[in-house]
Amino acid sequence: MTTQEHTPVTDHAPETLIHLDEVSKTYRGTEMPAVDSLTLDIPKGEILVLVGPSGCGKSTTLRLINRMIEPTSGRIIFEGEDVTDVNPDLLRRRIGYVIQQIGLFPHRTIAENIATVPQLLGWDKARIGDRVDELLEMVGMEPHLYRDRYPKELSGGQAQRVGVARALGADPDVLLMDEPFGAIDPITRDRLQNEFLRLQAELRKTIVFVTHDIDEAIKMGDRIAILRAESHIAQLDTPERILAQPADEFVEDFLGGGATLKGLNLRRVREVELYDYPVIRPGVSRDEALRLLQHSDEDHLLLLDDHERPSRWIDRANLDDPSTPLAQAGLTVMVHMEPEDTLRDAVEQMLHSAHGVACVVDSKGAYEGVVRLETIMAEIESMQRLAREHHARLRAQEEREREEQS
Amino acid sequence: MMTAAPDLERRRFRLFGDASAISLIITPIMALILLGTMLYVWNTASIDQTTRNILEWSKLETQFEAHLYMTFWSTVLVVGIAVPLGIFLTRPAYRRFAGTVLTFASSGQAIPAYGLLILFFVWIGTGPRTAIAAFALYAILPVLRNTIVGLEQVDDAIIEAGRGMGMSRFQVLRRIELPLSVPVMLAGIRTALVINVGMAALAVFIGGGGLGETINSGLKLRRDVATFMGAGIVALLALTIDWIAALAERYLRPKGI
Repeated sequence: MTTQEHTPVTDHAPETLIHLDEVSKTYRGTEMPAVDSLTLDIPKGEILVLVGPSGCGKSTTLRLINRMIEPTSGRIIFEGEDVTDVNPDLLRRRIGYVIQQIGLFPHRTIAENIATVPQLLGWDKARIGDRVDELLEMVGMEPHLYRDRYPKELSGGQAQRVGVARALGADPDVLLMDEPFGAIDPITRDRLQNEFLRLQAELRKTIVFVTHDIDEAIKMGDRIAILRAESHIAQLDTPERILAQPADEFVEDFLGGGATLKGLNLRRVREVELYDYPVIRPGVSRDEALRLLQHSDEDHLLLLDDHERPSRWIDRANLDDPSTPLAQAGLTVMVHMEPEDTLRDAVEQMLHSAHGVACVVDSKGAYEGVVRLETIMAEIESMQRLAREHHARLRAQEEREREEQS
Repeated sequence: MMTAAPDLERRRFRLFGDASAISLIITPIMALILLGTMLYVWNTASIDQTTRNILEWSKLETQFEAHLYMTFWSTVLVVGIAVPLGIFLTRPAYRRFAGTVLTFASSGQAIPAYGLLILFFVWIGTGPRTAIAAFALYAILPVLRNTIVGLEQVDDAIIEAGRGMGMSRFQVLRRIELPLSVPVMLAGIRTALVINVGMAALAVFIGGGGLGETINSGLKLRRDVATFMGAGIVALLALTIDWIAALAERYLRPKGI
């Protein structure tokens, strides 16, 4: 991948893939519209999160896009084509759809489930088979183990992986996801979110993602649309900007407290410079280790195992006690961070760890460095500075506009 | 959280055996006991010429065929009417009629079977066809009800997923809803089959033939052994058909559910 992958969303307006033009939906028998004259550009290759309190019409909005719900008025433009009146079945085959309850077909194998849309599109068998295997691998499930299983044999997390693979079946440009990780336990959810973000970094699909959870929105979204009743957009911006600049009281309330901590959700461990903690490897002599410890500012050394994995925290007392081999001395390194984890996760782990640092390992578990509290503080400072600058820029612009008007 | 449940279920099934497996064994045992009793009675009771005449093999054969014929065609008629009707009544636009139609179908069952048969006799006349029509109406309820229940119990999320991926309503019905409701529908058809086997014994009263003839002759001529044998054969037939239907239920159920 190029460096572009790491650049955060920029200010310039990206290409629009789907355009909702004053779309409204009023359910029969109700007076208040569920969605009231919503105009929304869905940018290509990004995750747009629709977030808001329950009943704000975010799910309805999502389902208007693939016309699972037919709009009462307004137009839907998809890749420049007005799709408001085309055959909805044909439209939906071009749009991936993931729902919270997943809805795998219980009487069909995993492979048959994933092959649903390719089959509808009339692909030949060999091509479907290849595609199924490719997708299973993509979501981290071994094709030969899972291809012929039935959905009831899967755990919740695995089922949702298959759900995502199935939505990607015919390689649609667009994915609509309605609280896809909502019914999954927090640990699995976190892992699935990370996996999905990793996948998206490769696939660059255009994704509309509905959630009621602001933290998930901040984590998943390139842009977030915070919706209030009747799907009115309270604010649509990058998560950074929304956290720094809530548009109004509603947004502020919805963000809740701890905006700084939430901001840390936006920074990934791979984006900060890791600190080189003094490490020792198996076979190091105690004298050498002692020298290293004395020359460092730390109270501990980090012992790696044969596979370069962080293994134990060794302190002075451990080194002085020759009765216990180093591989069994000191405290075990309990948790590891991966580069995709957020700084908030890092803070969480620092608070847990006795040493106030979080070990970072690569995908194979090999040691890469540690995140220290100092790293986090510097990051927060820089974020606040950027927010202030942006704020000042906005104000200056507003003032200019006001002057021009008067 | 979702992983634990199926494991538990499987373990429980292994401990106690699942219900359908037990019924697959119990039915043949009951049939064998019945057959043994019939043989015992035949060998020990005193049997006169009248009884022998009633139980003549060629007569039994004809009756047996007529009995099967009526059972088969009335069940085919039931399925042919109730399944499409059930599908129709579960489509969103027509769902509101389901209650009325079900009430109507249950009223068919509220009429005593014999009365229903006579009503049809007055309306259509004698013969096995009248009997088939009457039995079909009588057995329509379990198939209709189970078709509706089977289709309605399909998880909405599964249908939503299918529609959301671009399956048409018909594709969702054929590829998802119908296969998933097969077990419940089969259970209804099995009930209808068993009802029809029993009912076919009444066809004799409107000239429809069947094994009811033997029972009827035995009763009229006061030959208890003949009556018992006729009833025994009907019961054996019902048990056998029920057993075959149970096998079908077991093996036609789609994998994975």
